[in-house]
Amino acid sequence: MTLELHQSDRPYLPRGVRVQRDTVRDRMVLQAPEKVIELDDIGVAILSRVDGRTSFGQIVTDLATTYGAPADQVETDVQHFLQALRSRLYVLVQS
Amino acid sequence: MTAPAPIALLAELTHRCPLSCPYCSNPVELERKETELDTQTWVDVFQQAFDMGVLQLHLSGGEPASRRDLEDLTAQAARIGLYTNLITSGIGLTPKRLDRLEAAGLDHIQLSLQGTNADLADRIGGYRGGFDRKMVIAKEIGDRGIPLTLNAVMHRHNLDDLDRTIEMAVELGARRLEVACVQFHGWALPNRAALLPTLEQTRAVKDTVARASKKLRGVLAIDFVPPDYYSDFPKACMGGWGSTGLNITPNGTVLPCHAAQTITHLEFESVRDKPLLDIWHHSSAFNAYRGTDWLPEPCQSCERKEIDFGGCRCQAMALAQDAEATDPVCKKSPLHSRVTDILDAMLANPEKEFIYRKA
Repeated sequence: MTLELHQSDRPYLPRGVRVQRDTVRDRMVLQAPEKVIELDDIGVAILSRVDGRTSFGQIVTDLATTYGAPADQVETDVQHFLQALRSRLYVLVQS
Repeated sequence: MTAPAPIALLAELTHRCPLSCPYCSNPVELERKETELDTQTWVDVFQQAFDMGVLQLHLSGGEPASRRDLEDLTAQAARIGLYTNLITSGIGLTPKRLDRLEAAGLDHIQLSLQGTNADLADRIGGYRGGFDRKMVIAKEIGDRGIPLTLNAVMHRHNLDDLDRTIEMAVELGARRLEVACVQFHGWALPNRAALLPTLEQTRAVKDTVARASKKLRGVLAIDFVPPDYYSDFPKACMGGWGSTGLNITPNGTVLPCHAAQTITHLEFESVRDKPLLDIWHHSSAFNAYRGTDWLPEPCQSCERKEIDFGGCRCQAMALAQDAEATDPVCKKSPLHSRVTDILDAMLANPEKEFIYRKA
């Protein structure tokens, strides 16, 4: 299957995957099965909008508005970020 | 030397196990039930681990379900804030225990797979009826929606069933499959001549994994651990000795990796005697092979030294009888012929019988 997210797709973190503060290292991480992924501010901003209700298109619009960035650039970045997580099944999608 | 904090703790809660797989990663000298840490000591260790930076706790064994306090330990670890992963054969789990583990906040289960059918799986596990019981539990795990990884340990006797193994992972609803070719430590070392895959199998497994990974993109993530002896370069031991993870044996001995006790001149310390943080930073065993300063040639001048850190210390011990040697698996190792000699000899005359793990 293709990993590309469509505008109306609603991504979510499945059970067993969560964003957590790593207090010892003062950073945010994605906790997943047998894997810890360090998140930068952009990753946190994206994943805080990944809730299974908000569509990919809405996430992009919201991020572009919030950070005053060009929507097409934001879309490319978010698509890339979510596809990488989707390939590991750390992000799933409701269509 | 200052070390970064560890990310993961592998807690071998017990060495007891109903199975007796001939490739068990437990040491040949198994620890007895009477010497196991009690519940409160483990919980205290989990808290110490979390406070020093551990994020992921792997509850392992032996078979961790052999511990009656598994649910309690899981609940306490989850309360502390650790991501909890249960590494199990499924034997000893029941629907009721799964309910309790779920309620305890268990995050993920890694279920082992010995083979794709009862005949093969039960012969490898040395436990009649084990496969059928495992399949019942696998379905219960799936029905509950508990995140599942299937860990298929692969060797000469089951590598030809890889396609079916992958199918089973999908059928069972696993999100991830580990195709883990046997590493020759623990019980696998005396069973090497019975387990070594052939060259043809080694080539085929890479193709099969590559093909399936592509076909099942977004459905199943496949992680592949290739057979060491056929590799050009060694694996980075634990991502670098004493750098990211640690292992605690049932009696509380703290190890840089599960096989480290085969390096007999190292002295290991116990959580019974010292704080975990102190052991991590200051114990001579953890500092023995940290970083790259200790590396011999050809590793020291090798462009891969920050990639594989000279390979696996326990493998160097097993194959070169010298834990400070370049891992002989590396094609640049002056002792690489030891690996090819073993392959030649053992493939010409494979062993048919297993030496089963026993206490």
